[in-house]
Amino acid sequence: MSTGLLQRLTLACALLVSVGCFAIDTEAAFTDTNQQARYEHLTQELRCLVCQNQSVADSNAPLAGDLRRIVREMIEHGDTDQAIRHFMTDRYGDFVLYDPPLTARTYLLWAAPILLVLMTVGVAVRNIVRRSRMALSPDFREPGSRS
Amino acid sequence: MKWRYSIPALLFLGLGGIFYFTLTKIGRGTLDVREIPSPLIGKAAPHFALPSLLEPSDLIDSNVWRGQSYLLNVWGSWCEGCKEEHSTLIALARVAGVPLIGMAWKDDHASARAMLTELGNPYSVVVADDAGRVAIDFGVYGAPETFLISADGIILAKHVGVMSDTVWRSTFAPKITNGASR
Repeated sequence: MSTGLLQRLTLACALLVSVGCFAIDTEAAFTDTNQQARYEHLTQELRCLVCQNQSVADSNAPLAGDLRRIVREMIEHGDTDQAIRHFMTDRYGDFVLYDPPLTARTYLLWAAPILLVLMTVGVAVRNIVRRSRMALSPDFREPGSRS
Repeated sequence: MKWRYSIPALLFLGLGGIFYFTLTKIGRGTLDVREIPSPLIGKAAPHFALPSLLEPSDLIDSNVWRGQSYLLNVWGSWCEGCKEEHSTLIALARVAGVPLIGMAWKDDHASARAMLTELGNPYSVVVADDAGRVAIDFGVYGAPETFLISADGIILAKHVGVMSDTVWRSTFAPKITNGASR
């Protein structure tokens, strides 16, 4: 490969990556870094309700912009993260949180991975026990062994 | 123990069945996977005071409907679904027996007024929520959305998307009793 082509390919790749770098959130950053960190964390963990596979931080839907402004105002007003999450779930339900709380409606969601692991372990243990029993029984012959 | 070999096949058929029924429901429009259940149903409707769209000097306070149930329709002239449901709203406003309040959501006032002039005005009052803040209090995420609020200020029903006769008859009409619900 010639260096010219390689350079051009590298440039093309760099340009492709830069497409993703448009700022969605155009508001000025907080002067307090701690508040800025809370703001970024909260908007990342809230789901945009219009384009449901994006967070409020990543979405350029007008509603996401409004919700970002509310998060910003509430942080400036001195509200806690918990209060901000409450504000959102009071209006939009648990759906607005990417990390749904453990409730009567979500326990199956949370328990499913544990249940699946337990089931897999159960089946595996049973199979191993059965095979070792077969290997110990007097009339068991190794495949290919001669009697 | 031969039957055990059919377990994967049965699981596959079961899963296929679930997919089949769910996808046909989505196809028929009876199931909307994007619809988010509102936590506000059964709770007090948020209070608001917003300027009237048609009489901008009038501030309309939601307390004026205390003791009377009403419908709230969140719309915008930028919203295609709102134009689609407009004729249904005009028909419903006549038969509903309760006032239909419009809320122009983040809309340009001139084009909102133009839409009402062109397609007709089904609303007894239209308020303008320019900042979209009241809409957020109502948990609105996509216009059109329609709410039924009881005489004591409780949200009884909500529909996200185009209002239709089917939705009206199944979700709203049963909750309205002789015009002065509950």
